[in-house]
Amino acid sequence: MPDAGMTVRLKSAARRYGGAYALQPTTLTITPGQITALIGPSGCGKSTLLRLIIGLITPSEGEVLVDGKPLTPTTLPDIRRRMGYVIQDGGLFPHLTAEGNVALMARQIGQDATAVRNRLRDLCALTRFPEEGLTRYPAELSGGQRQRVSLMRALMLQPEVLLLDEPLGALDPMVRASLQTDLKEIFRRLNQTVILVTHDMGEAGYLADTIVLMRDGRIVQQGILADLRHRPADPYVTEFLNAQRSLVQL
Amino acid sequence: MRGRCPLLPSPSPADGGRGNWYDKVPSCRGAACCALAALQRLWLPLSRRCGRGGWGVTALLVLLTLLCLATPPIHADDTLVVGSKKFTESYVLGEIARKALTDAGFTVEHRQGIGATGIVWEALKTGAIAVYPEYTGTIGEEILKSKTPLSADAMQKALAPFGVGMTNSLGFDDTYAIVMRRDQAQQLGIHTITDLQKHADLRISLSNEFLKRKDGWEPLATRYSLTAMEPKGIEHGLAYAALSAKQIDITDAYSTDAGIAKNDLVVLDDDRHFFPEYKAVFLYRLSLPPNALSALRKIEGTIDDTKMTRLNAEAEKTKDYGLAAASYFGDTAHTQAAKSAASYPEKLTSWTLRHLYLVGISLLFAVIVGIPLGIVASRGGALGSLILAVVGAIQTIPSLALLAFLVPVLGISPNSAIVALFLYSLLPIVRNTATGLQDIPIGLRESAAALGLSSGAQLTKVYLPLASRSILAGIKTSAVINVGTATIAALIGAGGLGEPIISGLSLNDNRTILEGAIPAAVLALLVQGAFDLLDRFLIPRGLRLAADRS
Repeated sequence: MPDAGMTVRLKSAARRYGGAYALQPTTLTITPGQITALIGPSGCGKSTLLRLIIGLITPSEGEVLVDGKPLTPTTLPDIRRRMGYVIQDGGLFPHLTAEGNVALMARQIGQDATAVRNRLRDLCALTRFPEEGLTRYPAELSGGQRQRVSLMRALMLQPEVLLLDEPLGALDPMVRASLQTDLKEIFRRLNQTVILVTHDMGEAGYLADTIVLMRDGRIVQQGILADLRHRPADPYVTEFLNAQRSLVQL
Repeated sequence: MRGRCPLLPSPSPADGGRGNWYDKVPSCRGAACCALAALQRLWLPLSRRCGRGGWGVTALLVLLTLLCLATPPIHADDTLVVGSKKFTESYVLGEIARKALTDAGFTVEHRQGIGATGIVWEALKTGAIAVYPEYTGTIGEEILKSKTPLSADAMQKALAPFGVGMTNSLGFDDTYAIVMRRDQAQQLGIHTITDLQKHADLRISLSNEFLKRKDGWEPLATRYSLTAMEPKGIEHGLAYAALSAKQIDITDAYSTDAGIAKNDLVVLDDDRHFFPEYKAVFLYRLSLPPNALSALRKIEGTIDDTKMTRLNAEAEKTKDYGLAAASYFGDTAHTQAAKSAASYPEKLTSWTLRHLYLVGISLLFAVIVGIPLGIVASRGGALGSLILAVVGAIQTIPSLALLAFLVPVLGISPNSAIVALFLYSLLPIVRNTATGLQDIPIGLRESAAALGLSSGAQLTKVYLPLASRSILAGIKTSAVINVGTATIAALIGAGGLGEPIISGLSLNDNRTILEGAIPAAVLALLVQGAFDLLDRFLIPRGLRLAADRS
């Protein structure tokens, strides 16, 4: 298992588009080895925060420190290879097969073919993706299968941090529930830092150790689900929890 | 048709009457092969890592190269090339010279209908052609730019520094003439050019060359006080049809044109003696072998006005210059030879191969240059806008004007046509490459970046394959347009399917025009079909599946 030691910190990091803040100056430390869920309604800044961490956008103010170092064009390629990133619709390249997508980066950096093959087999087992599906193109896969392939692609190089941006957002409820169960098992076996963006409190409560609730570009409260439920920092926290019907089942 | 391109370089002596631009074709092919080999060295390592898309593009490049190589070299080195200008009489005289030289034991090629005076003179000066028929008036006014009439001796002296000689008159004087319909002239009582002063409202359309010539419309209008008339430009090949259809009333003509009698026109009397003498002669390289020259000289003084008019009429009636030339020699064997010399399928094959060669080479280079330009343009910014603006602006340059710019630089050679076609091919390729890249969804871009792929790998592994459909569509558009545009190559004697189109225009013969136009249209469809098939190999399977599903 990879070393779970890579730290992720935001120091007063903010992101503006024009004059408007997508993310207000925010300070946040992600606990290594834990699963952190960033949650909140659409436009609350949770995806912006995630994209700052992997350097897809740069902070307008403050800084993002990964492994203690700010992200720069020089450090970025290495940092990105040590992170895995999955987006809502998978972001699979339609011109490559499942295997082509998963192994793209490993082959690009010249990994040994046998090692790639072994890793593919392990990942198929981990994500419960049928090996014969590796030769299929994304257009030939179901939504759930695509997300499994996308997860395999993110995990291929054994990243130290896994970033998931609403990975189950586009799936129907049955597939979603089944993938949630699988994800929990995968996270348990990986035992590494995971940052998960979701708008579903049930999903966050089920998968995450720590929940970061956001609103209007700010962090409203950070803690475990019980903290949010019993010691809300703001009436909005209770309001948000109550709005999530699935919580009734927890 | 007897004008001089103002953009041509000033005259300079050049050697050799036998060398011609076809000699340069193999070296041009060689250059294309070298460029391709170099490209493949660069491309193949990329494509190995690139998967199907990369191999696909390599396959396209290989296909284009094969297309270019499939075109055989056109000429042996010791061929004498006779040139002619883009009108019936010049074609016929060119054919007569060809037969005379062939009978003297030479291998002769007749390059028909080479643009205007400036272009064909340039070809003679540089040795691209060895002989062509010309008129003393044009030599004095347009080539030597003499303010005063020159004697034949003075002309010969002035031409010698260019390595060019001039035969004596072939026997007839083909001066410019102003013509109109006989019935209208009688009705209005017009007999002389001076009579036109009272009829400034008549619709006058002149060949574009006559409009601009030093001895053309402007000085004529000044001499005859006709400046109130407002002439429009018209292609000479269309003027007779326009006169017959009463769409125009007056045009310029050559006094031996068969169309004058055929259309019942009258030549208005040049009562103020404006037009200089236009005695027909051959201009030739001084390095021409003596027995070739003596064969040419045998034609001197043998064609009078009546005979030339008859030959022109015969050429237009039979739609065959060779036949008309053969009847000059009064030899049925020649007539037979002219008929069997090149059957239509043979000519069609040679035109088509040449056409494909021009299209293939120009397209190959447009792909090599256009895709990188499109990549830069896709990034936007000032440079991106500049690239799109420049390739867009090129499209607005009329093809003839573009050729006129290129000929002084690249000479009378297929290279000029290839460069022109290359430039016209750029816009669809550059624009489609840029658009295809810009249209890649943000999620895929970010996924590529988040994987940690270098920007080069993002381009070759992700962006270009994803944009392949759009890029190929651009190449396809260029190829189809190119097949149509390549007909202009015939204007500078570079051959192709434009050859029959241009000679058909001169003959006012729709059949001859269609002999080139229909194959060109069919070729365009075939090229389109071939590219549609190619799509199956070049567009990654996953992309086609995705498109089918959506």
